[in-house]
Amino acid sequence: MYLDSRDQRPSLTPQLAMRVAILGGIALLFFALIFFRLWFLQVLSGDTYRAEANDNRVRSIKVEAPRGEIVDRNGQVLVENRAGIAVQVSPKRLPASRAERRQLYRRLGRVLEMKPRRIERKVERQLVEIPYSAATVKQDIEPDVLAYLLEHSDDFPGVEAARVYLREYPAGQSGAHLYGYTREVTQEQLDSGDYADVALGDLVGQDGIERQYDRFLRGKNGAERVQVDALGRLRGEPLDGRQPEQGRQLRLSLDLDVEQSGQASLAGRRGGFVAMDVRNGEVLALGSGPSFDPNVFSTPISTSQFNALQSEDNGKPLFDRAIQGGYPTGSTFKSITAVAALEGGLITANDVVVDGGSVQVGDQIFHNAGDAAHGPVALRQALSVSSDVYFYLLGQKADGTGDGNLIQRWARRLGLGEPTGIDLPGEQAGIVPNRAWRNNLLKQKLTDRPWSVGDNVNLAVGQGDLLASPLQMGVAYAALANGGKVLRPRLGLRIEDSSGRPLQELAGSVARRVHIQPEYRQAILEGLRSAANDPGGTSTPVFEGFPIEVAGKTGTAETTSGIDQSWYVALAPYDNPRYVVAVTIEGGGFGAEAAAPAARQILGSLFDVDQDGAIPTGTAQD
Amino acid sequence: MQANSLGATVRDFRDRSGPRHIRIDPLLLLAVLGLAVCSLYTIATATQDDVAGSPHYYLYRQAVYVGIGLVLMLLISRLDYTRLREAKAGLYAALIASIVLVFALGTVSKGAKRAIELPFFEIQTSELGKVLLILALSAVLVDRVRMIGSRETTSRAMLLVLIPALLVIAQPDLGTGLVYISIGLVTLFVAGTKLSHFAVLGALAAAAVAIVLVAAPAAGVEVLKPYQTARLTSFVNPSDNLNREGYQQQQSQVAIGAGGKTGRGDQATQTKLNFLPEHHTDFVFAVVGEEFGFAGAAIVLSLFALLIWRALRILTMSKDLFGTLIAAGVLAMLMHQIFINVGMTIGIMPITGVTLPLMSYGGSSVLVTFIALGLLQSVHAQARETAFAKGGGLAI
Repeated sequence: MYLDSRDQRPSLTPQLAMRVAILGGIALLFFALIFFRLWFLQVLSGDTYRAEANDNRVRSIKVEAPRGEIVDRNGQVLVENRAGIAVQVSPKRLPASRAERRQLYRRLGRVLEMKPRRIERKVERQLVEIPYSAATVKQDIEPDVLAYLLEHSDDFPGVEAARVYLREYPAGQSGAHLYGYTREVTQEQLDSGDYADVALGDLVGQDGIERQYDRFLRGKNGAERVQVDALGRLRGEPLDGRQPEQGRQLRLSLDLDVEQSGQASLAGRRGGFVAMDVRNGEVLALGSGPSFDPNVFSTPISTSQFNALQSEDNGKPLFDRAIQGGYPTGSTFKSITAVAALEGGLITANDVVVDGGSVQVGDQIFHNAGDAAHGPVALRQALSVSSDVYFYLLGQKADGTGDGNLIQRWARRLGLGEPTGIDLPGEQAGIVPNRAWRNNLLKQKLTDRPWSVGDNVNLAVGQGDLLASPLQMGVAYAALANGGKVLRPRLGLRIEDSSGRPLQELAGSVARRVHIQPEYRQAILEGLRSAANDPGGTSTPVFEGFPIEVAGKTGTAETTSGIDQSWYVALAPYDNPRYVVAVTIEGGGFGAEAAAPAARQILGSLFDVDQDGAIPTGTAQD
Repeated sequence: MQANSLGATVRDFRDRSGPRHIRIDPLLLLAVLGLAVCSLYTIATATQDDVAGSPHYYLYRQAVYVGIGLVLMLLISRLDYTRLREAKAGLYAALIASIVLVFALGTVSKGAKRAIELPFFEIQTSELGKVLLILALSAVLVDRVRMIGSRETTSRAMLLVLIPALLVIAQPDLGTGLVYISIGLVTLFVAGTKLSHFAVLGALAAAAVAIVLVAAPAAGVEVLKPYQTARLTSFVNPSDNLNREGYQQQQSQVAIGAGGKTGRGDQATQTKLNFLPEHHTDFVFAVVGEEFGFAGAAIVLSLFALLIWRALRILTMSKDLFGTLIAAGVLAMLMHQIFINVGMTIGIMPITGVTLPLMSYGGSSVLVTFIALGLLQSVHAQARETAFAKGGGLAI
């Protein structure tokens, strides 16, 4: 009544009441929606979201576990770990702009002595492969370089140091071919299912012993759980974590001293050697020359370095001639021919053949080495003086007997022409040539002539197309010595914990047993003993004065490249053979000149005798 | 008549003898104070690690804003809002001028020009514009009260709203622009505009959305910035859309869900480790949800419900249409911001970038909300005064 009537408070009209009710209804509806949604999010799905929130903040950082060490049979360290410092780049803190990143790489390149372009390529490739995880720029930096980077960390955004374990090989070149190397697991390996508990970025053995025994040597990576904020920065104390577990120690049957004398016996020449226990296949030495320093592989190797290690001019140091090399074996094969001939009934041990220096087979004349004529010889004598004519005739006879594969059959039974099954990857099978093999080559136009009896004559003395590795010859001679057990050579002896307590014995195994009449075996061994001990024996001069009685066979093979392949295979001690030693040297001349003295050096180390003094070389032309 | 007059005299007497502040709505004040306390507590815990060496940086500032806001609110509540009717032209001019001024003088923040830098304060004029728009629009509608059902009135009113709304959207501040439109629609609705007009407006809006989101981009014209489109559409399926917007909404839901029934308190890692972005401003409700759980969120929502109930009630009890429409405008602003903001944090509304009234950190937002609430209180106080004068008497 004091107020102007125009401004009178409007009465609550039904229309306004309805519209206010509608607004209130909308408000109620929205509140109901919000409450239902909150109930769903917080009460019904609270646990799920809490887990998701924890996933957000907790990062697991891998703590690399050191791999197990590798020791020789006496506990001498062959492969161990060295802590190294790697420079890594963390993608989260890298500058966003390409230009700034390039500047960073330029600065980093000056410090690390690397080309900026190379750093960039390296980092970017790794970030494509494993996004979000740090990319390694350089594996092994010096402490003062690290100190510089830490002091100037503002100039190096995103650059971090990480502790890594690097493999170290205290024995240097000895045994270099055996260990292989470790690298990050590949996607194919992960897909294969053989690496169930390995994650991308983990190191696994990629060759050699490291690969063969990877599941033992590989440790269990630990994890450090940390809390991070939305930008990935560490916040607060580390949470619980898992300690890394070092891998198992692997004890090899290898004897580092023998290995070293084997490596020394090659004296830089191209060749391979093996020393094996004929009773159980334990390999005490296995090596190849020229060798290399495996330490170069513990950090990434440059292409030029790698090419140098593979170049033919340098003698292909990476090539393991002991298991991958295939060579004609020369007269060392005669023992196998002898087994075949005796077992096949071509001859008895006492049948005498007159060696006139050469023999005509078909229209071909085959000569003794050096055209020597040994006169009437029986088996023992033929082995002792290495009469080619005697074995030529056996080769000729064998070709005409039965299916003509008598010698080949025995060569295969004794382990030639197939991998021996040693616990190392990359072994080659070699070739035991026969009629079917050559005729098949002819069909494929890979050769110009069919098999002829001459091929079998050549095979009988280890010439022609025969290819075998020192390890294969060692296995074959071991079978002769142990009464027919064709062994699977092995390097792995035992799995141990890091303090050397045995956890698991790695049992040796026998590939097969072949039955050889004891008297035949005896006759052959006697022939081999004679070759190394009696006057006129091909390697007698070499073993002059050696305190252990040795049975051994020289071999000199003409290879296709025209250089002589020098061979020696020895069994010792003669009366109860324990070790077989096989040595081959490319271009070494006659077996007695090069391979036999090397074998004597290895045997001396095996029996711990005869360590000093010059080793005489033989002159026998075989 | 006699009894009535006597009653009025008695009440007049009681009224004069009673304290004057009884004329403001105490429940509304309670809701406001409650929300202010919740805001300060939430911001205190959420931001203590945000500014190194100064754990109370945001708390102190927000406390100052709330203090000034409360004083402003109480001052305005004692003001007779009806006097503002005459100033409508000036208010509208100020509204447009302040928005245009931002284009000329504004500081750029996060790619948008939204604020003017003053010596102590950075003011977002589009926030203040909400109040100016409410007042100007209400005054215009009151002037045309006899032609409220005409098409001309509706289209003029919408033009008044759309000019500042589009200017604000162009800043770009899509969220606030949409608040303007809500204010316009609700005010028209309460004023009594025909429902058929709303149907036409709805059809026009649908066509506009279709043009802006589909047709214009196809024709190569960019009406909304790409990030605005992304925000508007990302809520449809945030987990499939892990761009920045989808990420924010995803993290917000994770935070709220992780809060569970009673909250994570100090363990609220989504907030403390920054997985929840904008946790003191636009996503403050997610902080409430994570730190205090369903219980805390329910308390805050209850206070908002109280606020809306009181606003609706004041709307109905206003002594004049102008007050009713002002209350409608304030109600529209509050409802729009509450539902859009909370809905955004729980993943049922698109991200449009509006603050949660009274809860979110920020001077402009807090002060403007208090001014609007002051107007609401003024409408209430005037209504009470009139009622006492008339002897009508109204229950609280």
